Amino acid sequence: MTAFSRLPTGGRINRRTVLRFSFDGRSMTGYAGDTLASALLANGVSLVGRSFKYHRPRGVVGAGVEEPNALVEIDRGEGRREPNVQATTVELYDGLVARSQNRWPSLRFDIGAVNGLGSKLIPAGFYYKTFMWPAWAWKKLYEPNVRRAAGLGRPPVSADPDRYDVQFSHCELLIIGGGPAGLAAALAASDQDKRIILCDEGSELGGSLLRDPSARIDGLAAGKWIDKVRSILASRPNVKILTRATGFRYGTYNMVDIAERVSDHRPPVAGPELRQRWHRVRAEQVILATGAHERPVLFGRNDLPGIMLASAAQTYVARYGVRLGRRAVVLTRDDSGYSAAVTLARSGLKVCICDLRSAAPSDLKREAVAIGINVLEATRPVRAKGKSRVRSIEVQLPDGTTHWLACDVVAMAGGWTPAIHLFSQARGKTRFEETIEAYLPANSLHGIACVGACRGDFGLGAALEQGFAAGRTGADQASTQPPPRCDHRDRAHDMRNVPIALGGTTSMAFVDYQNDVTTKDLRLAVREGFLSVEHFKRFTTTGMATDQGRTSNLNAMAVAGDAMGVTMGEVGITTFRPPYTPIPFGTLAGYNRGDTFVPSRRTPSHDWAVAHGAVFEDVGLWKRARYFPRNGEDMESAVRRECRATRATAGILDASTLGKIEVVGPDAAEFMNRMYVNAWSKLKVGSCRYGVLLREDGYVFDDGVVGRIADDRFHVTTTSGGAANVFNLMEDYLQTEWPYLDVWLTSTTEQWAVIAVQGPKARDILEPLVEGIDLSHKVFPHMSVREGMILGVPTRLFRVSFTGELGFEVNVPSSRGADIWNALIAEGERHGAVPYGTEAIHVLRAEKGFIIVGQETDGTVTPDDVGLSWAIGKAKPDFVGKRSLVRPDLVRTGRKQLVGLRPIGHDRVPDEGAQLISTGPASRPSSQGHVTSAYWSDAAGGPIALALLADGRARHGETIEVTTLGGPPTPWRIGEPVFFDPAGERVNA
Amino acid sequence: MLLIQCPFCGPRPEIEFRYGSEAHISRPDDPSALDDNEWRAFLYEKSNPAGEHAERWQHAHGCRRYFNAIRNTVTDEFLTSYPAGSPRPTKGEGE
Repeated sequence: MTAFSRLPTGGRINRRTVLRFSFDGRSMTGYAGDTLASALLANGVSLVGRSFKYHRPRGVVGAGVEEPNALVEIDRGEGRREPNVQATTVELYDGLVARSQNRWPSLRFDIGAVNGLGSKLIPAGFYYKTFMWPAWAWKKLYEPNVRRAAGLGRPPVSADPDRYDVQFSHCELLIIGGGPAGLAAALAASDQDKRIILCDEGSELGGSLLRDPSARIDGLAAGKWIDKVRSILASRPNVKILTRATGFRYGTYNMVDIAERVSDHRPPVAGPELRQRWHRVRAEQVILATGAHERPVLFGRNDLPGIMLASAAQTYVARYGVRLGRRAVVLTRDDSGYSAAVTLARSGLKVCICDLRSAAPSDLKREAVAIGINVLEATRPVRAKGKSRVRSIEVQLPDGTTHWLACDVVAMAGGWTPAIHLFSQARGKTRFEETIEAYLPANSLHGIACVGACRGDFGLGAALEQGFAAGRTGADQASTQPPPRCDHRDRAHDMRNVPIALGGTTSMAFVDYQNDVTTKDLRLAVREGFLSVEHFKRFTTTGMATDQGRTSNLNAMAVAGDAMGVTMGEVGITTFRPPYTPIPFGTLAGYNRGDTFVPSRRTPSHDWAVAHGAVFEDVGLWKRARYFPRNGEDMESAVRRECRATRATAGILDASTLGKIEVVGPDAAEFMNRMYVNAWSKLKVGSCRYGVLLREDGYVFDDGVVGRIADDRFHVTTTSGGAANVFNLMEDYLQTEWPYLDVWLTSTTEQWAVIAVQGPKARDILEPLVEGIDLSHKVFPHMSVREGMILGVPTRLFRVSFTGELGFEVNVPSSRGADIWNALIAEGERHGAVPYGTEAIHVLRAEKGFIIVGQETDGTVTPDDVGLSWAIGKAKPDFVGKRSLVRPDLVRTGRKQLVGLRPIGHDRVPDEGAQLISTGPASRPSSQGHVTSAYWSDAAGGPIALALLADGRARHGETIEVTTLGGPPTPWRIGEPVFFDPAGERVNA
Repeated sequence: MLLIQCPFCGPRPEIEFRYGSEAHISRPDDPSALDDNEWRAFLYEKSNPAGEHAERWQHAHGCRRYFNAIRNTVTDEFLTSYPAGSPRPTKGEGE
């Protein structure tokens, strides 16, 4: 079979390197230089997949990224199974394993193909219209069955073991496309010292030249010229050549994203390897030499295997040495079909050209006839016949008679669609050009040049000339080299008045192969009123498959335009969106996966906590110990034990995540006065104050204890999550509103480790370790700060409490944090102290009614709402947010206010976020607020909740119901938001 | 990705910057002198033009300085950038 399907000579394959591969379990061989598609064709395999909707047999249509049909699964082993890969872009390697998709039980015998028999029953919009009634049936009956039948390919199920790289690059000139235009551009630009990147999606440079053996440039055959240019470019150190590299996205300011396939073309290795590299290139100038894609011709059953694009047929013969069949019919709407026909005829096929134009150009006709090609003019295809491969095609001659032409290959030259995807993504405007029935770049964009086929000039001469000229301009200086010349005359394209063979009489003329959209579907959509291109596209799903309509969009516009009675140009065009071709998620994820998904911040006690079995939680980027289970405790029992121990003896917490900002300078107090609601001028050195920070709109933004270290120096703490935002806000005001204030801000979050020692034994634990600080209550009262030493390490020791207990926060340089933590734990154990985590601190502070910004507040909560009016410096003329506090909405009655809730006759802890609803048979339940925090509290002897409740402070003593997910609401008594030590005596021990 | 001209560091990629809303809206010296409507206008009313827009940016992952820039909100093109506190350049200036 191989002998039958491979030509004895020719092509750019290496016949000395035989490669084994398998398709659906069948072993075959190909040659180095083959793609999977060319190797399959060379093995006589024409049926490679089943279509999406009708499960119709499908073969190879294209030879590159335009391929809509030949989607396969490539299996490179565990975690490396990739579905929906175009066989035309897969380079063959030894041991390659590929499978067909969308068939069951086998490709040849597929049960789903019954859909095709009933295709009259599945027109466009079928799913929208059919499964509407009865409503219950969608979930139980329709959806499960539709889901089973739908889908293309199987997603991989295990983690991808390979690595993906991201690289930022900069260059003066980026050339996208390594065909004749791109090569000429690179040649022209590269003999100067500008940095140039040339990228091409193919495995080798050359583009369209690789399928055109007759082309000659500068007296050399195309292949030889490519080799010569490549070696010249490779010898220039300022040129970087990327092959297997697709420019898939064009961003602002000439930022182009390129996906380079580094190892997909090689046999897989055992361990992880670098699979793809995402180049993010910022270029001063970009030359787009992205070429064009050929379009199919529309006729009945034009999707049978064996029917392919003329350019693809030419590629398989000329580049891969494939014998495509015995008899070929070439359908052409322009001159380009002749070149393919000649190539096919020279490879030994009997060829008949059906030229849809009223007359074939006489020179081409003469040339074709001379080598035995039959040329039929003004002849249109009607329909094809065959089962799993085309066997004949019915054509209509100018006299109206129809004839069946026997064939096993049909090559379609329906016209060319310039690949303007990147130009359009770069926000270029496009215009419809009637002579080629396609859209072209309409304006010039700063720093972008389009050359060759992507600007609608399909001839080799134009490609070389435009490429060379753009390269010279891009390099910004005159090259001394002569431009490359070909001895080939470019042919004019004019497709006006050439019938497009709309297949009006047959239903199965496919426009979009991959989504099974036919001419009939498009006509139906227009009939039903989907007249905008955006509408009929979505209704029929034309152009919405993984190939994004590369071969189908313009044909769809032609059909829709014909049905509407307007020209193609009036139908309009949909937006080109990135990526140009499918890109693996792995490439886009790059290094952002697993441990390096996001950076993580670790506290000084992290290793100790890991060693002692802590359960961690993410707080922003921080990894914080949530609780420290002992002897198989669950979270609830561990947290209860930690809370009890802290109140009974002492607890030790790593609070290093607290944000810290050092505010220094002669105007430091003035700056603090302007930022925070509190008054700072009279705060004594060595004292602390609980500070509240608002946004200018009057809502609580952050809070934290601030200590005055010196007249001109404040140690400001912020919430763990708010540190960066507070610092930004302070910088903003200092730089832009009050630049005359003499203040410096330094973020010291990472410089200070903070260890909280809280509980009745806190002083006893610290006493033996601290030097130079008198810890007695009289000289070091609650809310003060002292500087001294702890175990020989300088410390800022705060006497503060977020638990309501006698408490200290030991600040030491981060580098010594772990040592001091270990020492405090060791000393603490002698007194019965325990380490506690974030869960316990939440309970302990809630028992005292201390808010957490972001939990009790949500960006619409004022200081008064959460009972913090006392903190506001009333005498201050101004501070950030002050004016807003008297806005009408912020002083109205009925605002939600912080209250405490205790259960009435039950002990259920409510869900945070549960709604507060009024009770009574007369009232219709309506939300009056919500629970912000809720815990089990041993100190309070049961559940406690903090809540925001409309007019809450005036309703102490009333009852309210709290909703329960999936259950009846529970009754609660409204009261003060404090559940333990209401007089606050314990902090003053 | 935008390329943004920091007046202090030169052209740098967008990911280094933080957007800071419309420029040239000064905080009143005495907010208490404003009535509710004037204060609301200061807080919430922005020009939101389709076209050239003077806006604040911070080179957050660089020099951390706030500066102003004129950006065309339709084309995303930066026309010029200038230090905070200096007046908005008239047309033709800058670049």
